[in-house]
Amino acid sequence: MAEMKMVQLVIDALASFLRHFLAMPLQAAGPLDQFEIRPLIPLPANAGVIDLSITNSTLWMGIAVGTAVLFLMGATRKLSLVPGGMQAAAEMAYEFIAKMVRDAMGDEGRPFFPYVFTLFIFVFLCNFLGLLPTIPGTPASLAVFTPTSHIIVTFVLAMISIGLVLVIGFMKNGLGFFKLFAPAGVPLWLMPLIVPIEIVSFLSRPISLSVRLFANMLAGHIVLKVFAGFVPILLGAGGAIAFLAPLPILGVVGVFLLEMLVAFLQAFVFSILTCIYLHDALHPAH
Amino acid sequence: MDAEAAKLIGAGLATIPLAGVGAGLGIIFGNYFQGAFRNPSAVSSMTGTFYIAFALTEATGLFGLLIAFIILGS
Repeated sequence: MAEMKMVQLVIDALASFLRHFLAMPLQAAGPLDQFEIRPLIPLPANAGVIDLSITNSTLWMGIAVGTAVLFLMGATRKLSLVPGGMQAAAEMAYEFIAKMVRDAMGDEGRPFFPYVFTLFIFVFLCNFLGLLPTIPGTPASLAVFTPTSHIIVTFVLAMISIGLVLVIGFMKNGLGFFKLFAPAGVPLWLMPLIVPIEIVSFLSRPISLSVRLFANMLAGHIVLKVFAGFVPILLGAGGAIAFLAPLPILGVVGVFLLEMLVAFLQAFVFSILTCIYLHDALHPAH
Repeated sequence: MDAEAAKLIGAGLATIPLAGVGAGLGIIFGNYFQGAFRNPSAVSSMTGTFYIAFALTEATGLFGLLIAFIILGS
């Protein structure tokens, strides 16, 4: 009986610790506080049914779009045969995506290049600008925010891609698009097994596409915050342990470098999967 | 058992996919390096595919993490 009590006590302590760590303010703020949506310009007229307030998510999406527009306009303002710094960077981004589209879809992919390029630049800048450090003392509503760390943003992006796949698929192939669910070369007796698998795999595409991007951003930012949170804990412990406080900072630097790679990779994976799905729409019978 | 304890155990169990992800990443990295060392001139053509495989595998572990968060938050 006494042992049961002990176990229960330990579990309760762990539970309250986790609750405290994940949701309640720890020193400044918990690891999930950075994902809070805060209205900047509240629009009460629309509150209730649809909240159209300008939030920090809107602001940072706007900053991402603004950065892309400024960068690409600046890069293409004075075009020269031998590109200067900015033009070279823009050409690199263009050729990178163009090569990806060509590899995945061939020459038929050309009409989709603008969409894939826009998607890549937007997702990449949303991911990457969200990694900027917040200047200390900034009000919480203006702190650096990653729009792609919210599933609704990534899900809408994924649904646009899948919607495009459906529209293109039915426009190009008509009802032949359903051949997507019955791959060529599969023996007839396997069809009852393959067709449901293909249907489920098609239906789960928007979910896996959006959750992949969103979970990567969410997990990366939580890890950064948790590592940073170790510093005040170690400092607060006092004594010899306080001298260990700089160690988690090294961890933060490492995770930050990984996150910069992940910000690029996830944008790349998102756009290349869009290309692959579009290729499926063009050639449903594999 | 209390619901709170069951929730915590469930959240812990939801991180088991990390075992699979660890094995998967090991296979991907191992094979990439094997290919790279055997044929160093082909590295540039393998790197892109390697990063895609890395990102796709890593995301699988994060699905588990997400489930853990959903359980903790419910």
